[in-house]
Amino acid sequence: MKFRAEIDVMPLKALLDPQGKAVTGSMKNIGLPEVQNVRIGKHITLELEAPSKDTATTKVDEACKKLLANQIMESYEFEIFESK
Amino acid sequence: MSKFGVVIFPGSNCDQDMIYALRNIMGQDVVELWHKDKDLKNCDFIILPGGFSHGDYLRSGAIARFAPIMEKVIDHAAKGGYVFGVCNGFQILCEAGLVPGALLHNTERRFICKNVFIKAEHNESLLTSGIPLNKALKIPIAHGEGNYFIDAKSLEKIKKNGQVLFRYCDDKGNVTPESNPNGSLDNIAGVCNVGKNVFGMMPHPERASDPVLGNTDGMVLFQSILSTVLQ
Repeated sequence: MKFRAEIDVMPLKALLDPQGKAVTGSMKNIGLPEVQNVRIGKHITLELEAPSKDTATTKVDEACKKLLANQIMESYEFEIFESK
Repeated sequence: MSKFGVVIFPGSNCDQDMIYALRNIMGQDVVELWHKDKDLKNCDFIILPGGFSHGDYLRSGAIARFAPIMEKVIDHAAKGGYVFGVCNGFQILCEAGLVPGALLHNTERRFICKNVFIKAEHNESLLTSGIPLNKALKIPIAHGEGNYFIDAKSLEKIKKNGQVLFRYCDDKGNVTPESNPNGSLDNIAGVCNVGKNVFGMMPHPERASDPVLGNTDGMVLFQSILSTVLQ
């Protein structure tokens, strides 16, 4: 079976996100001063073959832990979808 | 006699500076190691140089950390062998978990290339053994992601263990917020592992080791290494 993962990697909440802070600052320049706390991370998609959704989940979790996110500075979450 | 190996990753760009400093200035035996190599060519001191390995894709050092040679570098470190990472090399060591912490984007989110001052925390490691503790060393930095971060509990631990090697300071040696170029926690510029055989730092001592360049403050790090390793 073929699966697709949609992964979000975000800077840890405790960390200053300078990119998000700069974008928050520019919101007032586009007339949206009410927009606050912009935080910017990465969205990663990938496809994999696996015998079941559970196996696919385990594999994607391993990919996130080992490579896609650095848990010292980032958190991650993902969803798995069966590809048609 | 020690043999130095400088690992070259696709995108490394300080490898030749490091080789030049060790070979031409310090008169050492140095070989190049390729990231796809599967042996360390009998080197006893491994250096991961600066640059932009794999284009800094994903995170600085994240992809290089899984290069074939890194398995051997990790083995070497586990056996107590010396490993030294500068700039991107430091980022790779952090990603590999060989030294504690991580390197975030500079707080100003700009690439910073300039001379800064650092001071050694102690003389209890090979890399800092010969550095006068009251002296501010002028060494250049050149990075976009050099903002050292570690969680509060681990920070206390590495301080207690003497794993903080260098801190950013002013030209008089005062560690101040103003002398911190990139937002690093506690002005940390370099750390080592618990065993004190793996060292990482953001500033480039190899760029401050040739009298022709007018600044030789970085030489004392190499002299520290040599005075101990060669004995």
